[in-house]
Formats: sequence, C-alpha cells, structure tokens
Amino acid sequence: MVDFTLWDILRNLLLAARWTITLSIVAFVGGGLVGLALLFARLRGHAVGDRLIAAYVQVFQGTPLLMQLFLAYFGLALLGMPTTPWIAAALALTLYTSAYLTEIWRGCVASIPKGQWEAADSLAMSFSEKLRHVVLPQALKISVPPTVGFLVQVVKGTALASVIGFIELTKAATMITNATFRPFTVYGMVALLYFCLCFPISWWSHRLERKLHAGR
Amino acid sequence: MPVVEIKGLRKRFGQNEVLKGIDLSVEPGEVIAIIGKSGSGKSTLLRCVNGLEQFDEGTLAVDGKPLLHDDRAAMRALRQRVGMIFQSFNLFPHLTVGRNVMLAPELVKKIGQPAGAQRASMLLTRVGLGEKFDAWPDQLSGGQQQRVAIARALAMEPAVLLCDEITSALDPELVGEVLRVVESLAAEGMTLMMVTHEMNFARKVSDRLVFMHAGRIHEIGPPDELFAHPKTPELAQFISALNH
Repeated sequence: MVDFTLWDILRNLLLAARWTITLSIVAFVGGGLVGLALLFARLRGHAVGDRLIAAYVQVFQGTPLLMQLFLAYFGLALLGMPTTPWIAAALALTLYTSAYLTEIWRGCVASIPKGQWEAADSLAMSFSEKLRHVVLPQALKISVPPTVGFLVQVVKGTALASVIGFIELTKAATMITNATFRPFTVYGMVALLYFCLCFPISWWSHRLERKLHAGR
Repeated sequence: MPVVEIKGLRKRFGQNEVLKGIDLSVEPGEVIAIIGKSGSGKSTLLRCVNGLEQFDEGTLAVDGKPLLHDDRAAMRALRQRVGMIFQSFNLFPHLTVGRNVMLAPELVKKIGQPAGAQRASMLLTRVGLGEKFDAWPDQLSGGQQQRVAIARALAMEPAVLLCDEITSALDPELVGEVLRVVESLAAEGMTLMMVTHEMNFARKVSDRLVFMHAGRIHEIGPPDELFAHPKTPELAQFISALNH
C-alpha cells in the first residue's frame, strides 16, 4: 500500500481548488452580466418582460442548485449539444447566480427614493441618463455588501458541481479519500480551504458595509 | 400666447377622480398660487404640467406645444421648458452641489464643462450659495438644499417653474430664505405656478390665486379680492380656518 503524506493530500487539493476558483469566477462574471441585462430589461417596465423575469428568478430560487446542475448536464445532451461537466457546471451556476444577483440589484434600485427619479424626469433626462447618472451610482453603493456576500454562496455552491463529475475541490477530496482512506483528514483540509476562500470575502463584505454606513 | 394652457383636464386614480375638468391658462411672467385643502388635487394638477402624472382627458400645452405622454422626444422638449421644485428637495446626494446644477444641462442641452460650471456658479450665487459649489447636499441645511434645487431647475432655463409646497418640509426659520429667492424670481419676470400653504406669501407675490376644491378650480382671481370677498362658502371657510 502506498503511503500518502499530508503534503501529497494538500498539494492535490490545492490543484483542484484552482477549478473551484475558476468556476466561481466564471459563475460570478457570467451571472453578473446576465443579471445586469435582466435588471435593465426589468427596469424598462414592460409588464410581460417583468413577469417573465420574475418567473425566471422564482424558478432558480425555488429549486435546489443540485437539480439545476443535473438538468443542465442532462438537458444539454438532450439538446444535442456537447456536454462536459465543465460546460454544464458553468452554465448552471451562471444562470443560478444571475437569478439571485438580478433580484438583489432590483431591490437596491427599488430602495432609491421615487423623488430621485422624479427630479431627473423633471430635468428632462432620458431613461438611460437617469439610470446612468442618478439611480445606478446610488444603487451601486447599496448593492456592494449583499453582492459580495452572495459571492460566498457561489463559492460554496460550486461544491455541488462534484455530483456531475466536475473535478473541483470537493470531487477531488472524494477521490483522494478513496485512495488514502483518511476521510476526516481530507475533508477537514477541504473545509479549511473553503474557509480560506470564503472568509476573506465575508470579511471584505463586512468592512465595505461599515465603510458605506460611515461615509455618505 | 399663454405659457401653459390647460383645457378640460381630468385625472383619475383608479375609481377616484381627483381632477374633474380643469381649465387654466397662464400668461408669461404671471405668478399663480394654488391653494386648497389637502386632497383637493392641487399637487396633482401641478404634476400634470410636466408629465409626472398622466392625465386621462383634456389637453395641456406648454408654449403652444401639446403634452404627449407617449412621444419621448416631445416630452423631453417640454420638460426642458418646465422646471420643478419639490417639497423634499430631491437633490442628488451622490453629487456635489455644483454637479447637481450642471448635470442636466450637460446631458440634455450638451453644454460643455467650463461653460456649464460657470453658469452653475452664477446660478448658485444668485440663490446666495456661491461658496457652496463643492459642498455635498447633506452638508447643507434644508433651506440651502432647496435653494440649490431652485438653481438646478433654473439651469435648464425653463419658461415656467412649478413649485410643489417647497417650504413645507422646512423648519420655520428657514422658510424665509427660500421664499425670498422665489420672490426675486417673480420680480424678474419668471412665470411661476406654485402650490403653497404660505398664505401671506401667496397673497403678496401672486398675480392670481387659484382656490381648488374637490378636483375643480372653485374660485380664481386676484389674491386680495379672493381673500377679502370670497364668493363661495368653501373659500370663506378655508380662509377663516387659516386664521385660527
């Protein structure tokens, strides 16, 4: 039987953690872009579009991320598209993130007082001018803490991509456990690695929150 | 030609009709004060003039051009002719005082940086706040914020200025400084339509007083005449209630 040192285990986990980070970034950037597009579509205020997007948000908030990953994985195959765990995971997490972010940001925009819109209206600004120069700069400030907070959820959410065979931190841990028979050590290290990824983000989010409350 | 011409204006909120056929024309340089109990429709009427509220029937024209809610270009043109000042100031909190004044002329009228800044500075001086150009709105008192809002509206060079209870949110000692600015505008020939609870001010500054009651213009005329000889029991009651 081969002996694995702690360093062997940690080294392999760290290599796999790269994919956790990559998947988190892809989900966050992709989800952010889609979420922003949905936010703009929603602010335009067409009743049908608004309802469709609300339904989209409800679907992703009301079903487990695990199911979304399965559906993306098997659904892509049904559509005749090339399915790899990487594409399916990136797609499912992007859509999931976009649904949450668009809802978070919509709440931030809604919290800007109606008087701000009316003042901009009375100054003859167009819709895009109002958004760009009056509403979004104010909404952006409020949105930073909840957005960064949600980033933590996404990082932890990538662990579920292991079930469709995407080799990130959690999947790697399972494989290493099967080889080393030291589950407590391996999963303990994995938990620590997730914590090392998430804690700085949470800390940053809290700091931003305090800073924004103190500032104007 | 009247600056603002309103004919047969009706406005409903659901089943509740708040404006029941308003006819009013405002001549250039005229100062109109609109008074009445709360719920009489005076703010709604004012907000119809720049399209913040959509009316259901009738016509409204500014400079002879009809207000068309669905025509974006026409609305943008109309709103450049109609300035508005709000009860709650509604300054943009993320911009300095100077930027608040410069923003709309820069975007809408394409006025460049140096010219815009110069104009903003001039307008701020006019409302007595020349030294506050780089201050932030939340560093100012309510009266100062409202004066910035007046400068911001003036920066668009409107033909008519709508004032919606602009001193109602102010501490009593700050009301005077705002009213003095409005009075100077009136003296310089600005066309004003103002909803106000400051009866002495309305009486002193306005050319015509509009008394609204239950969604209609109940009485209209020179302020001294209306105050001295109200023709309807509603106005008589409104005036007597003021003195208690």
